[in-house]
Amino acid sequence: MDDKKWGPWRITVYALLIYCVLYYLLPLTVMLFNSIKDLDELKAGNIMAFPSKITFEPWVKAWSGACTGITCEGLSGYFWNSVSFVVPAVLISTIIGAFNGYVLTMWRFKGADAFFMLLMLGCFIPFQAILLPMAQTLGVLGIANSTAGLIFVHVVYGLAFTTLFFRNYYVSIPYEMIAAARIDGAGFMLIFRRIVLPLSGPIIVVTVIWQFTQIWNDFLFGVVFSSGERQPITVALNNLVNTSTGVKEYNVDMAAAVIAALPTLFVYVVAGKYFVRGLTAGAVKG
Amino acid sequence: MSQAQTLSPAGSRGSWADAVERALPKIVVAPSFVACVVFFYGFIIWTAVLSMTPSRLLPRYEFDGIQRYVELFGNDRWWLALQNLAVFGGLFIAACLAMGLLLAILLDQKIRAEGFIRAVFLYPLALSFIVTGTAWKWILDPSIGLQKVVNDLGFTGFAFEWIKDPEMVIYTVVIAGIWQSSGFVMALFLAGLRGIDDSIIKAARIDGASMPTIYRRIILPSLRPVFFSSFMILAHIAIKSFDLVMALTGGGPGFASDLPATFMYTYAFTRNQIGLGAASAIVMLMIVVSIIVPFMYSELRRSRHG
Repeated sequence: MDDKKWGPWRITVYALLIYCVLYYLLPLTVMLFNSIKDLDELKAGNIMAFPSKITFEPWVKAWSGACTGITCEGLSGYFWNSVSFVVPAVLISTIIGAFNGYVLTMWRFKGADAFFMLLMLGCFIPFQAILLPMAQTLGVLGIANSTAGLIFVHVVYGLAFTTLFFRNYYVSIPYEMIAAARIDGAGFMLIFRRIVLPLSGPIIVVTVIWQFTQIWNDFLFGVVFSSGERQPITVALNNLVNTSTGVKEYNVDMAAAVIAALPTLFVYVVAGKYFVRGLTAGAVKG
Repeated sequence: MSQAQTLSPAGSRGSWADAVERALPKIVVAPSFVACVVFFYGFIIWTAVLSMTPSRLLPRYEFDGIQRYVELFGNDRWWLALQNLAVFGGLFIAACLAMGLLLAILLDQKIRAEGFIRAVFLYPLALSFIVTGTAWKWILDPSIGLQKVVNDLGFTGFAFEWIKDPEMVIYTVVIAGIWQSSGFVMALFLAGLRGIDDSIIKAARIDGASMPTIYRRIILPSLRPVFFSSFMILAHIAIKSFDLVMALTGGGPGFASDLPATFMYTYAFTRNQIGLGAASAIVMLMIVVSIIVPFMYSELRRSRHG
């Protein structure tokens, strides 16, 4: 613990850390290395070895030619499916969360705390308990198996978290600022636009990243509320990997897995700080 | 803050516009309130209703008492799913807490390249359980993964076929689950460790306390709230675990690695047993409530009484 001398304790610490780093990096390494290997080498060789000859064919095939169940058009269509509902769902749930948080901290009304409690307890509901009614409801609303349906579901069940994020952030804005603006005659929207929104940069980033990761990575809603060509990429990846016809092309599977993971990994790499902040913010009360 | 209401400007606009302005905050949260009441709590009640009907392919609203629950608890596959949840949940939570704490303590030793190492422990959280499950599926697959690698090194007797063994398969879910979630617990513990006042530790050392004693008597007790929130989150992840099992084992071999969440999905959506699926969902909800409520209650009491 003490100082920076290389005693047995420090050597143990570093040895353990290096060992753990290897364990954590193993799956990603395996995916990356084998996604650029040809199938013969993969089968004959060691999945932990770097390829002797690099090929990007598995990537091309995973993107545009691999079979997911019935069709053989690769993951590209499903990738854009995911984009088409993830982007609106993230934006809508973030905007609603921001307004909810704003009202719950600065325009409090009787019952605001009760509403917040109801919403927070909602974070704990296992989604299995709402799947069947939601399937019925989407059918009645005529948005079953559609982009609109998935946007709707993700917005509804993302609300609790986005509201929590914004509320906990806005609580720290001094209320005097708002009170003064109100005395000067500023209204609800004006105060939001001029005072609250300019202070919201960090929490917007945190919320957008959190929601993006959650919704992009979702599998349960995707597999239950969509089918066939409308499925999101997580479901398509699972179908691809578990398709049992013909020769198992592990290299294509691995390229597909990396493609499915790429957007969230990218976000993590460029905005890791905000990503971790969202995780811990969600944890404190979530 | 309720006095704020009286500060509302009595502007020169018409009274109608005024009324709208005054009601605006409530109008803004109203859709969320309705969504919360209907889609959270209303749907739970709806599911509970379905669980007391003989619904199969389509909902049939005829009261059938607790018949579905009797069926559910007479179903061996459900019992296996519960047993798997106990094994998986117990090991997953314990191991994530242990790993998370260990990694946090190691990282807190004024390490070089701390930022990089921390990033490595956390990146699995950016991946979906589907990608996680897929990656581990290959590593654990005896014909291409770890077993083959070790065999090719010359240790031909080495066998690691848990993923194909109905008795052991649930432990492979634990391995992948720990990999995915322990970094998160590490981040929470690290934040907790960094929040401890250094002067207390220095004072204890001057008094002659050894490092292990300081950890046991000062540092770990002050991390209690972190244990609490980590436990809640991990328990929640464990109970709703679905994607990980689907991608890693598909619930197999047979249904040896079924968890309640995969059981519910299978019966409600692929076997057209809506009533039974609803009953299993309600039992899952009960499990969450029975774990989280007492935990929250005791923690709230503790924090109130200091």
